[in-house]
Amino acid sequence: MSSPTGGVVKKEKVSVPFDYNKYLRPNKLPHIWCPGCGHGIVLKAMLRAIHNAGLNKDNVCVISGIGCSSRTPGYVDFNTLHTLHGRALSFATGVKFANPKLKVIVVTGDGDALAIGGNHFIHTCRRNIDLTVLVFTNATYGMTGGQYSPTTPIGSQATTSRYGNIEPPFDACEMAKASGASFVARGTAYHTLELEKTIQEALEHKGTSVVDIIDACPTYFGRMNKFKGASQMMEEIEKDKTVSVKQVDKLPPEKVQGKMLRGVLHKVDRPEYCEQYETLVMEKAKAK
Amino acid sequence: MADKKKKFMQGNEACVEGALYAGCMFYAGYPITPSTEIAEGMSVRLPKIGGKFIQMEDEIGGIAAALGGSLTGLKSLTATSGPGFSLKQECIGYACLAEIPLVIVNVMRGGPSTGYPTGPSQADIMQAKWGTHGDHPAISITPAYVQEILTETVRAFNLAEKYRTPVVVLYDEIVGHMREPIVIPEKGELEVIDRVKPDCKPEDYFPYDDKYEIPPLAPFGKGYRFHVTGLNHKKDGFPTNDSKIIEENNLRIMRKVENHKDDIWKNDEFMLGDAEVAVFSIGSTARSARFAVKQAREAGIKAGLLRPLTIWPFPDKAVTELSKKVKAIIVPEMNLGQMALEVQRVSKKAEVAGIHRVDGEPINPAQIFEQIKRFK
Repeated sequence: MSSPTGGVVKKEKVSVPFDYNKYLRPNKLPHIWCPGCGHGIVLKAMLRAIHNAGLNKDNVCVISGIGCSSRTPGYVDFNTLHTLHGRALSFATGVKFANPKLKVIVVTGDGDALAIGGNHFIHTCRRNIDLTVLVFTNATYGMTGGQYSPTTPIGSQATTSRYGNIEPPFDACEMAKASGASFVARGTAYHTLELEKTIQEALEHKGTSVVDIIDACPTYFGRMNKFKGASQMMEEIEKDKTVSVKQVDKLPPEKVQGKMLRGVLHKVDRPEYCEQYETLVMEKAKAK
Repeated sequence: MADKKKKFMQGNEACVEGALYAGCMFYAGYPITPSTEIAEGMSVRLPKIGGKFIQMEDEIGGIAAALGGSLTGLKSLTATSGPGFSLKQECIGYACLAEIPLVIVNVMRGGPSTGYPTGPSQADIMQAKWGTHGDHPAISITPAYVQEILTETVRAFNLAEKYRTPVVVLYDEIVGHMREPIVIPEKGELEVIDRVKPDCKPEDYFPYDDKYEIPPLAPFGKGYRFHVTGLNHKKDGFPTNDSKIIEENNLRIMRKVENHKDDIWKNDEFMLGDAEVAVFSIGSTARSARFAVKQAREAGIKAGLLRPLTIWPFPDKAVTELSKKVKAIIVPEMNLGQMALEVQRVSKKAEVAGIHRVDGEPINPAQIFEQIKRFK
C-alpha cells in the first residue's frame, strides 16, 4: 500500500509525548469492530488530535448515538455518553449548553447523523453551538447487518437493496454547510495523518464543526459490492474517489470529476450559540 | 403573610414557579398546546438567574437536551402534551435505565393523535406508566389546583433527585389554564431535595454501584469521567451481556420505587371517614367530584373522595383499604376507563363504577352526583 497522502507536518511540537493508553480505557478493549473496519483508525486519529489540541481529559465529553461508530465512547477515558439512535446531537446540545466549559465531541455514523438524526443535525449546524461532530461515513448500517444508508451510492448492493440502491446519497458536508455549520471538513481513514490534523482544526474551531470521515465497512458494504478486502476498499473509495482541496485547482477536470473533496471545505467566523445566549439573552434578561 | 407573595396565575405559570422554587436551572422543550406557557415562562425567568432555556427542533430533542443538562448536574425540566409525550417515550426509558433525574410535565389534551389540542383529557394515565418499552419504574404526580401545581412540581423534582429517575407531572388542560389566587412560598418553606453526589475518589466511583439502592450521581466535568449508556450495564456503567447482572440491575431500578411507595404516595381525603360511597378521581375531575360529594352529603348520602396526588406507583394500599369499607368506588375520569381498571384490580369488595368522557368536555358534578345516588 502506498503511504498516506496529505503530507501533514505538525505545526508545533507537543511537550507531553503522546500515549494511547492515556486516552483509552484499556480494560474495555478489545473493541467490537470487525477486522478491516476503518473505525479504529479514525479513533486513533481522534485521540491524537485531542492530545495535540492540549485538551484536559476531565473537560472532554464524548457523546454518541447508536451504531458501530457510536460504540467509541466506551473505549475512551473522558466523560462519555452513549445515547439513543439519532439523538447524540440533542444530548450533546444539552451538555454543552448546560456546561459550556466542556469540550463536547459527538461521534456518530452516517445513518445516525443523517437519517434518524437528520433533523437534529440540521438544527445543530444552524445554531452553530460549539460541538465537534465526527461523522463516520461507511455507507452502511453495520450494526444491523448491512442495510443501505443515506450515503450509499446509487446502484450499490445492501441487504435491503438487493436490486441495487435507487436512493441518491447525501453529501454530509454540503448539508452541514447549507445548515449553517461554521467549520466543515472531510477526511478519510486512508489519509490518516491528514485526518488527525483536520480533527484537531475542528476541535480548535469555535462553533459547530463537522468532519465527514469516509471509512470502509468490508464486512457488509465490501462483501456485498464485490470488494476483495479492506485495503482495496481504502484504495478505491477513500484514496481514488477523493481529492484534496489543496490540489483540486492544479488538477485537470477529468481527474476531479466524480470525486469528493477532502480537507477543510468551509470555515467562517459566526456567533456561537452559548456565547450568544450569555452575552445577549442573559444580559438583557438580567437588566430587565 | 406578605401580600406581594400572593399572585393570581394560571396552572402552567404556577408550574414555572414550582420548578424555579425547586432549583431548576435547565429547560429544553418544543412548543405544544396546552403546555406552551411553561416554556414561555421558563424562557423569561431562567436567563435572569443564570439558568439555561433552549427551544429545540422537536419534542425528542427537547427531552434529550434536558437529559444532557441533567447529566452536568443541573436540575432539568421539559414540558409537553399528549403527542409530544408520545415522542418523548424513548428518552423516558433511557432516563429510567441510565438513572438520570428529570421532570416531564404533560398537560393532557384530547387524543388520540392530534386529537383536540385545546380540549382537556386525562387519557395519558396509562401512557405515563407504560409508554416506553421494557419494564421500568414510573412515578407520576397529579395536582388538581393551581397552588398544588406549584407545590407538586417541587415534589416532582424532589422525587426525581432523590430516586434518580424521571418523574412525570400529569394534569389536564383545565387545571393548566385555570387561573386562581396562589401564594408563592418563602424560601425554606417547602422541602427541596438535591441529588446525592459521590464523595469518593474518582477511581473508586461506580455510577451504578449496587451497594447503594440509589447510587450517587456525579456531574459530567468534575473529574469522575464515567460512562452512561442505554444498554444494560454493569455497576461501572459499561455494557454487559451477563444475564445475572442484567436482571439484578433491572430489578434494582424497580425497587427504587417499589420499596419507597409510602414515601412517594400522597393522597387527599375528603369526607371519607364514615363514607359508604367513595369517589376516586384526579385533576379537574376531582374538583367536580368534591362538589358532588358535598351535594350528596347535603342529600344525606355518606359520600367521600379519595384524590391521589401520586397516580404512579398506583395507590394500591389506600384503594384496597377503602374498598373494604365502602359499597362502591366511583371513578370519574376524562378517558375510557384507565384508572377504573386499576381501581378494579386492587379493590377487594366494593363495586367499581366508572364515569367516562372523551368529548373534550369536563365531567360535571351532576354526572358524578347521579352515580353516587345509585349506591345510597
